[in-house]
Amino acid sequence: MKPFGYLRAATVEEAARALAEHPDARCLGGGTNLVDLMKLGVERPGLLVEVNRLPLDTVEELPDGSLRVGATVRNSDLAAHPLVRDRYPALSQALLAGASGQLRNAATTGGNLLQRTRCPYFQDVSKPCNKRTPGSGCGARVGTHRDHAVLGHSDHCIATHPSDMAVALAALDARVELHGTEGARSVPAAEFHRLPGDHPERDTEIRPGELVTGVVLPAATASLPSAYRKARDRASYAFALASVAAVLNLSDEGTVARVGLAFGALAHRPWRATRAEEALRGGPATPDAFAHAVDLELRAARPLRDNGYKVELARGLALDVLTRLAGPTRT
Amino acid sequence: MDSSPHDHGADGTGGAPPAAHRSEVTLSVNGKPHTLLIDHRRVLLDLLREDLDLTGAKKGCDHGQCGACTVLVDGRRVNSCLQLAVSLDGREVLTVEGLADGDRLHPLQRAFLDRDAFQCGYCTPGQLCSAVGVLAEAAAGHPSHVTGPAAPPGRPVALDAAEIRERLSGNLCRCGAYPHIVEAVRDVAP
Repeated sequence: MKPFGYLRAATVEEAARALAEHPDARCLGGGTNLVDLMKLGVERPGLLVEVNRLPLDTVEELPDGSLRVGATVRNSDLAAHPLVRDRYPALSQALLAGASGQLRNAATTGGNLLQRTRCPYFQDVSKPCNKRTPGSGCGARVGTHRDHAVLGHSDHCIATHPSDMAVALAALDARVELHGTEGARSVPAAEFHRLPGDHPERDTEIRPGELVTGVVLPAATASLPSAYRKARDRASYAFALASVAAVLNLSDEGTVARVGLAFGALAHRPWRATRAEEALRGGPATPDAFAHAVDLELRAARPLRDNGYKVELARGLALDVLTRLAGPTRT
Repeated sequence: MDSSPHDHGADGTGGAPPAAHRSEVTLSVNGKPHTLLIDHRRVLLDLLREDLDLTGAKKGCDHGQCGACTVLVDGRRVNSCLQLAVSLDGREVLTVEGLADGDRLHPLQRAFLDRDAFQCGYCTPGQLCSAVGVLAEAAAGHPSHVTGPAAPPGRPVALDAAEIRERLSGNLCRCGAYPHIVEAVRDVAP
């Protein structure tokens, strides 16, 4: 590991200033991904800006009923928070489906969003990877890519984003709060991560000198029906092969009043299924309607040589989750 | 790393240039305070094993995947191989060496012996520290992936075999002693 400087930031402004002044600086939260990447030589920061002591470690309900989650709230604490379990079950379920107890105790909300792909070519500095070393090529395209993207990939990169949490945030219409030397702004969680295009080295819309300060979940006063389901190679402690987060609210007539649907592990970012949502909105909440809508979305899939199974897997997960969410209130 | 003396001033606590590569850190390990000048690259696992001669926590994968290095920081279980020691200023670390009260074993240590919950023993310190964390998390009402949706938030979660298996999934045992590990934890769970 390369030697590096260390700054314990006392304020968000101090952290933003340090990030702006040192282009090779990285924020250190739980370190569960960053420290590993530093050991692997993938990340070689000149300065670590520790954000753990910033006043960003609380979950608070705002006057309008929305829920603000600070960037340093640990994944385990967020999953266990009574308001999250009650109002945003998909988020709690997604967090608990990710990593291990030890990792969730350390990993932060901001760090979960900013974690890097687990593509083995990205993590191995002896292999070509356009995300790690732009212009070096993509080893996965002709190599091992069973776990890689089927939607939205480019010639340059077929990596997937590994987060479970971010998939739930995308379906729940959350926003990501950012703070830089230019001030604060927020972006929809579903648009925070990018598609790879010609610049796979950029995972997110975060600007140089900005840090994630929190996530805001829109008001959900009653228990809004939502759920997360993940398929993986073993029963626990594995990244998703495909996952689905869904929010579904029906009208009194049983039609779809509100729907949010997002896929995980299919693309370079959580894949918000806007086409499926449009097809469902205002229509019947029936298995046929769900199948039609999900097929419409997944028609855009471009599987690689060895990952065509993901399309069928994701389809099955989505139909199961939507049917379950529609089930208890409708026959 | 570069060994020129002017590179080694303490920093990170204000004042010193952030270009320095070492900082002074005070942390408590098994109740004993330590003040150390720490290379920023030092992870807690290496600090414990190499600098403090506490070799209970084991280096298995060194990438947070096996759980053999599990210790408790401020009462919460974490992978010590992924914790930079410099980030632990003011924290309290508990390792497997600190579980027993003198010659009186921790109930989990006693249960692991009674249930023969190991073969080679390499993963055992991590399993024990992880299980200590599991008991505390369940008592505090933290749900797991297998906890039912009807479980009331904030109330203790009962630890049946499925809960224990899920909650300990971050601790691998290459000997496959899992059935006895689950039994040992069940013996101690309320």
